[in-house]
Amino acid sequence: MSKLIFEMSRPGRRAFELPETEIPQKSSAELFNSKSLRKSDARLPEVSELDVVRHFTELSNRNFGVDTGFYPLGSCTMKYNPKINEKVASFEGFTELHPHQPADSVQGALELMHDLETYLAEITGMDYISLQPSAGAQGEMAGLMVIKAYHEKRRDTARTKILCPDSAHGTNPASAAVAGFDIINVKSNERGMVDVDELRRLSGDDTAGLMLTNPNTLGLFEKDIIEIAKIIHDCGGLLYYDGANANAILGQTRPGDMGFDVVHLNLHKTFTTPHGGGGPGAGPIGVKEMLHAFLPVPWIEKTGDRYEFNYEKPDSIGKVKSLYGNFLVLVRAYAYIRTMGKEGLKQVSENAVLNANYVLSRLKDAYEVPFGDRCMHEFVISGEKQHQMGANTLDIAKRLLDYGYHPPTIYFPLIVKEAMMIEPTETESKETLDDFVDALLKINAEIEEDPEMVNTAPHTTVVRRLDEVHAARHPILKYDFPE
Amino acid sequence: MHRYIPNTESEKKLMMEQIGIQSIDDLFSSIPEEIRHGDRSNLPPGMSEQELIVHMRELAMKNISAYDLKCFLGAGTYDHFIPAVVGALTSRSEFYTAYTPYQAEISQGVLQAIFEYQSMVCELTGMEAANASMYDGVSATAEACAIALVTARKRNKIIVSGSVLPETREVIKTYMNGRDVVLLEIPFIDGETDYEALKNDLDDNTAAVCIQSPNFFGIIEDIDRVGEMTKDAGAAMIVNTDLISLGILKPPSEAGADFVVGDAQPLGNPMAFGGPHLGFFATSGKYIRKMPGRIVGETVDTKGDKGYVLTLQTREQHIRREKATSNICSNHALNALASTIYMSLVGKEGIKEVALRCANNARYTREMLLKTGKFSDLFGKPFFKEFAVKADTDIKILNEDLHKLGYIGGLNLEKKFPWLEGGWLIAVTEKRTKVEIDDFTRKAGDAV
Repeated sequence: MSKLIFEMSRPGRRAFELPETEIPQKSSAELFNSKSLRKSDARLPEVSELDVVRHFTELSNRNFGVDTGFYPLGSCTMKYNPKINEKVASFEGFTELHPHQPADSVQGALELMHDLETYLAEITGMDYISLQPSAGAQGEMAGLMVIKAYHEKRRDTARTKILCPDSAHGTNPASAAVAGFDIINVKSNERGMVDVDELRRLSGDDTAGLMLTNPNTLGLFEKDIIEIAKIIHDCGGLLYYDGANANAILGQTRPGDMGFDVVHLNLHKTFTTPHGGGGPGAGPIGVKEMLHAFLPVPWIEKTGDRYEFNYEKPDSIGKVKSLYGNFLVLVRAYAYIRTMGKEGLKQVSENAVLNANYVLSRLKDAYEVPFGDRCMHEFVISGEKQHQMGANTLDIAKRLLDYGYHPPTIYFPLIVKEAMMIEPTETESKETLDDFVDALLKINAEIEEDPEMVNTAPHTTVVRRLDEVHAARHPILKYDFPE
Repeated sequence: MHRYIPNTESEKKLMMEQIGIQSIDDLFSSIPEEIRHGDRSNLPPGMSEQELIVHMRELAMKNISAYDLKCFLGAGTYDHFIPAVVGALTSRSEFYTAYTPYQAEISQGVLQAIFEYQSMVCELTGMEAANASMYDGVSATAEACAIALVTARKRNKIIVSGSVLPETREVIKTYMNGRDVVLLEIPFIDGETDYEALKNDLDDNTAAVCIQSPNFFGIIEDIDRVGEMTKDAGAAMIVNTDLISLGILKPPSEAGADFVVGDAQPLGNPMAFGGPHLGFFATSGKYIRKMPGRIVGETVDTKGDKGYVLTLQTREQHIRREKATSNICSNHALNALASTIYMSLVGKEGIKEVALRCANNARYTREMLLKTGKFSDLFGKPFFKEFAVKADTDIKILNEDLHKLGYIGGLNLEKKFPWLEGGWLIAVTEKRTKVEIDDFTRKAGDAV
């Protein structure tokens, strides 16, 4: 176990110094009323610069990223994060900009954002983009608020319900609830798709909209999308596209062409911006023309060759985050789109879908495949057969750690028992995919022989299987300083 | 094939044979013909790495960075010094190319770093628990309002002080849009919360009071007084604050805060034209199971060794769906890592020194501005690193003039507060030197 940084602390050790100054320095007691002051110091660590460097380097060695190895985490699109994007996002001309600097001194930043909006509009088939939301979930919230504002503007205020398939990402119903909607779950049919008859039955005068991921979380393209869009539009609702799976359709089809009215994209999935161990991401939203007026402020506007922010949008839903968006994430996504170009983006979806189908075709005999043997960029298999033999999906996931892989997304979507959701992405080679399949087949053989080995995995990691139940029952959420 | 895609033509053929298809096109046969377009989107052709870097440099050079301009602007985003170690360590790709640490056994690095982050945030704020991070200070504040509202059940009024950062107030409004809530904004007097007005509006329908200290104008508010009133009314107290100020100022927990939130951009994260920044979120014990977002907890493995996991996940959207405490999924983990490294570097003494240097620099800047005879105090209240002066001039033009002379001037207060004509909000961090301050204040005086 690695020591906590607090445990390395020694009184008087330092890793920081301020420059000398000629400005007269007063003590805090001289500057502030005593009742405003701290009585005791905050116990931040006292360590040397090398202590800090070694400590966090050691922690990084205890962490697995895409650069470490294959990371087929379904719905997360863990593709290669290009190094050049990190480099350009670290240019001082991007990092050292104050958000309230005069517009004349940030024309490059505004141009980049404006052009990124244009590209994302082209890619999604939408008319306008707002880059403001910080992540997919915030994009969903903003997009749903746009839908709400649209209905309200038309005095169509009885539309209180959002329809969500039962296979949807958890953020969909959670965001709809935050935006003040009631949620109606739509059951999937036996093919893993939206049940169109059920949808027709559930939609009506109270439908504000439908949230849909396409391809859905089972990795299946909703073939009936045109009819689905018609049902929702005919009853007066709008269609929301969860862009988490957009990697499957780049250059093939566009949400705007499928009939969607609002879209969010996860730039940290489809557009290679790194996930940072949990974020930051970016979740821009796109809308069709009739929803334009409701987008968050500010808008970036171009007059001649000059770019400026415009806050004067009376119908806007307002601001959803501070300032304008996760700019440095936007810089990376912009660099990626410019690198790939139109042809390159099409190759992305082609190879992402090819890789996924290839892995599926090699696994389908050993593992149950609940919904047909073809998929888009990801697919879901079930560990039910293995479960019967004595090792469940969690065990398989943990055993994969011993083989050097990050496991797939597990136990999601909720409608598949013992689910494993596998998304290889286009940046992985055939050898990598073959080796991964071989590992899953070997694990299957291990379970057939003696599940114990798999039940007790992982065996080779820096810690053994961690007790999550214990952590939740007896929460220890911070360091307990010795007296 | 593109350099980010390894499949060769012959491998593709082998793979298609294994799948049992004739062409790549067959992979997309489930997409209805009428919406398959191939060519419709209008995008530029791809660029080589060499071309890209030239293009990106050109864009970056159309901006003038705060390396070239000296920054006296704050208003929620601050130009603090970032030691080189921060970037060197956050750019280790085992950290930045990882996803959310769902698989704890191979994510101990990020998990332990977040545990340390949570501990440091608790140490500075005096609170009992902190989450793994939020998007930014404003959304953290809005989420605190949401939790207070849900927890208070029948109470549905939230009072926000007018001295809270205008953007925070705007985002609270957006977040509260879908809820049954009365959002009340109380005015400020001389740049500080109107405590009498607050007292009058506090009632048994009030779920929460939200203040900021140091507030938008840099003024240190009487959080004890607000704490007492709020407690008497049985409402929750939300304090938005600057973690750097807490190196020397009293932790809001001592005033009875239930939620302490804010933006930790000043600790190791660049201004970055507004993002990604870092929202921190800390609470008292009774709200732990209501906290939004990821939380890291300590546990043991099957051999009894200590380790860290994401915990209390039954609050979250991937399990509770529409009943979750928040919809947040991705957070700002890498920014939290940057802040953890920053706090480790400055340490126990450094955090006080940075806070004190900012305060001294800000006072000196104010003094020099007043000395020019062109500026006067706008409020004259105790402040931390930011203060407001006023001048008999158009601040927009003053800032434009200073920009030409190499400075990013303060915020023009008139834009958001029309009655604060000639109001200029100046932030001074530890980065500003005597030479810079002397020159800036002299030029500002000359320009008025």
